Amino acid sequence: MALILEFAGQAVQTVLVVAIAPLILGITRKVKARVLRRIGPPVLQTYFDIWKLMHKEMVLAHNASWIYRVAPYLVFAVTWVAAALVPTYCTDLLFSWSADLIVIVALMGTARFALALAGMDVGTAFGGIGSSREMMIASLAEPAMLLIVFTLALVAGTTQLSAIAALFTNTPVGLRVSLGLALLALICVAIAENARIPIDNPATHLELTMVHEAMVLEYSGRHLAMIEAAAAVKLVLYFSLIACLFVPFGMATEERSLSALAVGLLAYLAKMTVLAALLPIGEASVAKMRVFRYPIFLGSAFAAAALAVFLLFVSRGF
Amino acid sequence: MGTLAFDIVHFLSGGMLVLSLLLLYQARIPAVVNVFAMQAIVLALSVAWQAYLQNAPHLIVTAAIALVVKGLVIPFALHRIVRRLEIHREIETVIGGGPTMLTGLALVALAILLVQPSEAGIVTREDLAFALAVILLGLLMMITRRNAVTQVIGFMSIENGLVLAATGAKGMPLVVEISVAFSILIAFTVFGVFVFRIRERFDTVDVTVVDRFRGERGEHQ
Repeated sequence: MALILEFAGQAVQTVLVVAIAPLILGITRKVKARVLRRIGPPVLQTYFDIWKLMHKEMVLAHNASWIYRVAPYLVFAVTWVAAALVPTYCTDLLFSWSADLIVIVALMGTARFALALAGMDVGTAFGGIGSSREMMIASLAEPAMLLIVFTLALVAGTTQLSAIAALFTNTPVGLRVSLGLALLALICVAIAENARIPIDNPATHLELTMVHEAMVLEYSGRHLAMIEAAAAVKLVLYFSLIACLFVPFGMATEERSLSALAVGLLAYLAKMTVLAALLPIGEASVAKMRVFRYPIFLGSAFAAAALAVFLLFVSRGF
Repeated sequence: MGTLAFDIVHFLSGGMLVLSLLLLYQARIPAVVNVFAMQAIVLALSVAWQAYLQNAPHLIVTAAIALVVKGLVIPFALHRIVRRLEIHREIETVIGGGPTMLTGLALVALAILLVQPSEAGIVTREDLAFALAVILLGLLMMITRRNAVTQVIGFMSIENGLVLAATGAKGMPLVVEISVAFSILIAFTVFGVFVFRIRERFDTVDVTVVDRFRGERGEHQ
């Protein structure tokens, strides 16, 4: 019985992240439109888009190999696994032992690798340029991400997400500049990884500096639906990561009563909505960067994360 | 000292260090001036908090000097100078974001490594490490920038670091602080005059032209 309950807990989280992902993306699009004084599509539009793409005819290039056909499913599956592992409403679920920060980074790396391969598979110039830029961004964002992991590991003594969230909820860690810097760096990394402004523009196919959209330009039909869904889940993944690491309040930790779980669930949904509203406001207030400025943007994320590690050494000693 | 008190000290001096790095990162001159003003305000807060903790009323004077002179007067004057020189739209090209930031980080690490072996208490040690890092970053800024105005700001941020170090360790006499503040003001005036002289002669405040200048019969005649 206990095992069934635990399994149900994990299943709820697994289904939840996929179920709300298009909604969260829809909210960001709606808020973005309102900030820009447009009406914007309905909040549920992303669901309709994915549904429509599922039923559309799929066009394949003649020279497309199996990589091109497998990649969308692989990307979606890997992103889903990563998102399902990040604690959302409750810590210490059935699979929480495997929800390590480094595992999440590795899973995201796998998804990115598959998508970059698919971008180059058909051999168009646009896909190639997208893949090469995606790899450049990844090579800049990943060191920053690993330094963030180090910072959190130094504060919490573990890289297991569930344990970190439980620790931050239950024990006061105080006002730490390091954690603030890590949050700043994580936001920069999340913006870069999710192809948002100022790094990339998710709303257009018509820009020469685009990255993510250039890679998936050849896709259509249900392949494109998979990729769009994966992008939405990835956004939720990073939101959940920020919420779980830096505002884990409300999460059910030790107490497993129904009310605690309900509070955790509501808190999680509230946090997601707030983040989904903050992202487009931030996006609307900055201009898209030139490609040559990416290293500076992500370099400052790296610098912030490195500084966070240094500061921890001063206050703790070696 | 309670944990909250310590946390606030940590937060404010850490904030100063972050602002120092931000100074290195900014390329537009008005933005640099604004970040400098912010750093001075954080310094004033930090000093005021130390005054409360150490029960030392003379530190309040130091905080007030930092707030009024460096947080308001100097940035205001710098904004005026920048506007009169018509360089407020200029972007400094020399700032090699990556290498400069990496050097800056290396300097922070150096400061921490230097202070680490000292026997002082953890609060003093942390404060000294932050202050030393701010000073080194100010020096780095003076080296890497080519514009005279941003070099002046680098110099001023060194002084911010000095005040931070002095207030963290107990007992800097007020006389010293006032004289330092005055010398900063005088230095600022002298710098201002110099900036305008450079501008008058070379039509730019980029100091690399001064390097090439070889007396009145040189290339700029």
